[in-house]
Amino acid sequence: MANDPQDEKPQEPSTASEGIPAPEGAANLIDTDYVIGQDNITASPMGIDVDLHGKVFMVSSIVILLFVILTLALQDQVEPIFDSMFTFLTTNLAWVFLLGANVFVILALVLIFTPLGKVRIGGADATPDFGYAGWFAMLFAAGMGIGLMFYGVSEPLGHYGTAMGGISMGEDGLRTDWAPLGGAEGDQAGAISLSMAATIFHWGLHPWGAYAIVGLSLAIFAFNKGLPLTMRSIFYPVLGERVWGWPGHLIDILAVFATLFGLATSLGLGATQASAGLNYLFGIPDNNVTLVLLILGITLVALGSIMLGVDKGVQRLSQLNMALALLLLVFVIAVGPTLMIATGVFENLLGYVKNLPALSMPFGREDANFSQGWTAFYWAWWIAWSPFVGMFIARVSRGRTVREFLIAVLVVPTLASVVWMTAFGTTAIDQVVNAGITEVQDAALELQLFTMLEYLPLSAITSFVGIVLVVVFFITSSDSGSLVIDSITAGGKVDAPKPQRIFWALIEGAIAIALLLGGGLGALQTAALTTGLPFTLVLLVGCYAIVKGLMSEPR
Amino acid sequence: MYRKIMIPVDLAHLDLIEPALAQAADLARHYGAEVCYVGVTANTPGSVARTPAEYQQKLEVFANQQAKVHGQPVSAKTISSPDPIADLDDELIRAIDDVGADLVVMPTHPPKHLDVIMPSHGGKVATHTKASIFLIRP
Repeated sequence: MANDPQDEKPQEPSTASEGIPAPEGAANLIDTDYVIGQDNITASPMGIDVDLHGKVFMVSSIVILLFVILTLALQDQVEPIFDSMFTFLTTNLAWVFLLGANVFVILALVLIFTPLGKVRIGGADATPDFGYAGWFAMLFAAGMGIGLMFYGVSEPLGHYGTAMGGISMGEDGLRTDWAPLGGAEGDQAGAISLSMAATIFHWGLHPWGAYAIVGLSLAIFAFNKGLPLTMRSIFYPVLGERVWGWPGHLIDILAVFATLFGLATSLGLGATQASAGLNYLFGIPDNNVTLVLLILGITLVALGSIMLGVDKGVQRLSQLNMALALLLLVFVIAVGPTLMIATGVFENLLGYVKNLPALSMPFGREDANFSQGWTAFYWAWWIAWSPFVGMFIARVSRGRTVREFLIAVLVVPTLASVVWMTAFGTTAIDQVVNAGITEVQDAALELQLFTMLEYLPLSAITSFVGIVLVVVFFITSSDSGSLVIDSITAGGKVDAPKPQRIFWALIEGAIAIALLLGGGLGALQTAALTTGLPFTLVLLVGCYAIVKGLMSEPR
Repeated sequence: MYRKIMIPVDLAHLDLIEPALAQAADLARHYGAEVCYVGVTANTPGSVARTPAEYQQKLEVFANQQAKVHGQPVSAKTISSPDPIADLDDELIRAIDDVGADLVVMPTHPPKHLDVIMPSHGGKVATHTKASIFLIRP
C-alpha cells in the first residue's frame, strides 16, 4: 500500500506503516522492513567507536584510494583520459545537461504554485530546527559560496569581452568565438546586458533547481517517509525494496565519490587561489609550504566546526560568512558606481528573463563554444555537487513547507546572485569601459577580484576581507561536506560516532595535499565532474520521486 | 533526599547503560524517587526508530519495564535534535532543568587522553548543571 509505487491516492496517516507514529502531525510513512543501520558494521578499534555501512564504506574507500594512487602515479596518462571523457560529455551530451537542468527548474517553479507546496517537511505539525537567518546562511554557504568570489568579477568581464568581439567563423563554418548567443559586436550596452544575463543564467535558477530537487526529495523521503537520509532513498518509488541492495549501494558510492572529490579538488584549487591572493596582497611566497599550511588551517577549522555540530559549528560559521559577504557587497555597491548597480539590478533581472529561453535551449545552438564550454560545464559541476548540497540542505530544512523550501532554495538565492553579480560585474565592467582601466581584464583569473578592489578605496581592508571570505567559504563547504559523506557511509545515520566525521574531514585535506604536491588536481576534478552525467539521471528520477512522494502526503 | 532521578538512555546501546540502570533503580527505591528516562535522538530516521514519535513510544515501553523492576513512578522524555552527536551534552543539560531532576545517574568511561579533544559526556554535563551527578564507570 504505502510503498506501492502505483498508489497515487493520499493515504490516511493512521493506516500507513503499521503502528509507527507519524513524525510530527500527519505524514505518510513508507512501510518497509529495512532497519536503518542493519547492514552496518560496529567496532571499536583502539578505543575509537565506528558504525559504518560495510559495503558503501569499504567500496568507496577503496575506489577513492585507487583513484588517488592512480592519478598520482600515472598523472600524464590519466589526465588526457579524463579530459577527453569530459570533453566528450560536454560536447556530445551537452543537451542532456541543458535539458535536465530545465526540467529541474520548471518542476521546482511549478511546485511552488501547486497545492503540493503546502506539504510540510517532517509532518504537518513539525517546527523548523533553524531560524530563517541561520537556515538561509547555511543553504547559501553550502551551495555556492566560493564561486561567487572568483566568478563575480571574472565571468561578467569574460562574457563582455567575447560579446563585444562578436561572431567569428572558422574555416569549417563553425563558430570559433566564445560569445553567448549571437554576441553583440561593437554594441557596448548590448554586450553588457548580454554578459550579465549569461552570468546570472549560470548562477541563477538552474544550479539551485538541481539543489532543490535533490534537497526536497531527500527531505521528503527522510522526514516524512521515514527512510534513511542517503541518496538511495529517493529511488524507493522506482526500485522499491531493491534500494537496500546493490543498486542502492552503487548510488551511495557514486554520491560519496562525487562529494569527496568535488570537495578535495576545490579545496586544493581554492588553496591555490587563496595563496595567489595572499602573495598579491602581502607578498607571502606563493609556494607549496603556503599551500599546505592553508589546507591544514582550513581543515583544522573545519574539524572544530564539525565537532561542534550543525547548530553551533556549521550554522555559526555560515552566518559569519554571510555577514562578511554582505559587508563586502554593501561596500562595493556604496563606493562603486552605485547608481549603475541600482538600475543594473533591475535591467539585468529583466535581461536574464528575456534571454533565459534562448540561453537554456538544449537543441540547435549556434554558440557551441559558449553553450558547451560554459553552460554544460557549469551544469555538470552543479549537478555533481547536488548530492552533497542537496543532502545538507535536506538535513537542515525539517519543519519548512515545500513552498517555503522552494522559495528559499530557488528564488531567494537567484535574487541574491543577481544582486551580487550585478554589483561586482558592473563595477568591473565600469572600470574597463568608463575609467579605461584594463588591469582587471588582464589579471589572472584568481586575482581579478583583488585587482578590481584595488581601484576602490580601502583596498587593503577589503582585499583582506575577500581572502578571509574565500577561506571561510571553503571551511563551510568542507564541514558540511564531511557531515554528508559521514552520513552516507554510515547508511543514513546522522548519529554515528564522532571520530568518523573527523576521519572524512582529514581524508579530504590529505587528498587535497597529496594531489597538490604530486599533481593531478585538475584530472581528479574532471573525474568528479564526469559524475554529473549519472547524477543528471539520478536527479530526473528524483523529480519523479518528489511528485510521487508529495502526492501521497496529507496536505 | 532525591525526588527525581534522571537517566540518559540510548535505546541503541542498552548494554552500555545496564550498570547505571541498576544503580538508579536502587537509589529510586531508597529515596522513593521518580525516575525519568531521557533519550536524545536524531530527527532523521535512525536504527531504533524512524520518527522521534516512535522513539518516544519505545522509550515509554522501556520506562514501564523499568518501573516493574524498581516499583517507582517513571516518566520518559524524548529530545530530537538535528545533530544529536554534537548536541547531546547541551540537550541533556537543558533536560535536567526541564524535567526538574535533582540527581542524574549516567554511565561514563575512565579518563583518557582523547578527552582533551572529545570530553566525556558525563564530565561535560557535570560541569554545567546544579543537579547532583552520579557518574558510573564500567
